[in-house]
Amino acid sequence: MTQVSFEASFQKKIDEEIMIEPQDYMPDEYRKTLIRQISQHAHSEIVGMLPEANWITRAPSLRRKAVLLAKVQDEGGHGLYLYSAAETLGITRDQMLHQLHTGVAKYSSIFNYPTITWADMGAIGWLVDGAAIMNQVPLCRTSYGPYARAMVRVCKEESFHQRQGFEIMLNLSKGTPVQKQMAQDALNRWWAPALMMFGPLDAVSPNTAKSMEWRIKRFTNDELRQRFIDVTVDQIRLLGLALPDENIKWNEERGHYDSSELNWDEFWNVVKGNGPCNKERLATRVKAWEDGAWVREAASAYAEKRKTKKAA
Amino acid sequence: MSNEHKEWPLWEVFIRSKAGLDHKHAGSLHAADAQMAIENARDVYTRRMEGISIWVVESKHIHASNPEEADAFFDPAQDKIYRHPTFYNLPDELKHM
Repeated sequence: MTQVSFEASFQKKIDEEIMIEPQDYMPDEYRKTLIRQISQHAHSEIVGMLPEANWITRAPSLRRKAVLLAKVQDEGGHGLYLYSAAETLGITRDQMLHQLHTGVAKYSSIFNYPTITWADMGAIGWLVDGAAIMNQVPLCRTSYGPYARAMVRVCKEESFHQRQGFEIMLNLSKGTPVQKQMAQDALNRWWAPALMMFGPLDAVSPNTAKSMEWRIKRFTNDELRQRFIDVTVDQIRLLGLALPDENIKWNEERGHYDSSELNWDEFWNVVKGNGPCNKERLATRVKAWEDGAWVREAASAYAEKRKTKKAA
Repeated sequence: MSNEHKEWPLWEVFIRSKAGLDHKHAGSLHAADAQMAIENARDVYTRRMEGISIWVVESKHIHASNPEEADAFFDPAQDKIYRHPTFYNLPDELKHM
């Protein structure tokens, strides 16, 4: 087959909803796009452990602490599923970690915002994990098999993340005026960054068209963002909190809520590394990796020793 | 920071979800040796009681059929529909078969 016919038969498989598996032919660009997307996704899970880890020792009860620990442990697991999926495309784990630690690879900008009160644990579970689920459910049918399978696992586990977050918000909203204010403040601060998790506007999103054609993505950034706004507004009302954006209004004609334009300058600024916590997050990550070096070396040495003993 | 030659080997993980079922491929992970691979597999793939037994095998030991030759390779089975029970046209009155 020629290069052209390889690509034609690849696109035909995609159009017929046949999954692509690691050893199958795929265009270089498809491979590159997937490596970028899956590794970014993995990095987001790993860096995403940091803002919440901040509150594990200060959770208000043993129940909340156990739940938060379980959630953070899940995120570590999700990062590992995704790194493994990316590795099937020919990049090594060390290469990916190197890209993360040197700032070459990106992770979701949401994790560059600080978690300053306990209510942020509620808002993150509810809004950040909620937005992530909205993004991830369609990815369970993405065209690359290992990525789709990892997403099925992640989605199954992530549902509790969102529910525990909403429960925190619900308790605070029904609590003292100060607690309710804390919930409101967290909602106000996390609302816009959560909406930005869906990525730039379709009109300026460089990767969307090709990713749709390859069925890596099933819906555009704007479609998913709108869907998230539509379901979340009712949840805000259920909490009895004020809407975080005064321009949220039901639009009868569109059948959707209208809302304010997001501050895209802020978005790009955080992406470029100038968010409130970019430096801190990366430094924490690099320190954890470096501090763990002796453990990795010791485990390798131990394995090596046992191997030679067995051979003798 | 990056020591590629020191990366722990990759292992494929197979999990039996309950007695009576096959071990099924769950995913992969890195570990220094088999014991560590089994313990990591427990933490990564069975946090919600998804398994009662784990197999791990180093990925380099897996041999696979070639996807580019899949058509020819699986061709012998393609024209033998008489291997399926529905191939046989039998009267509706026939019971217990």
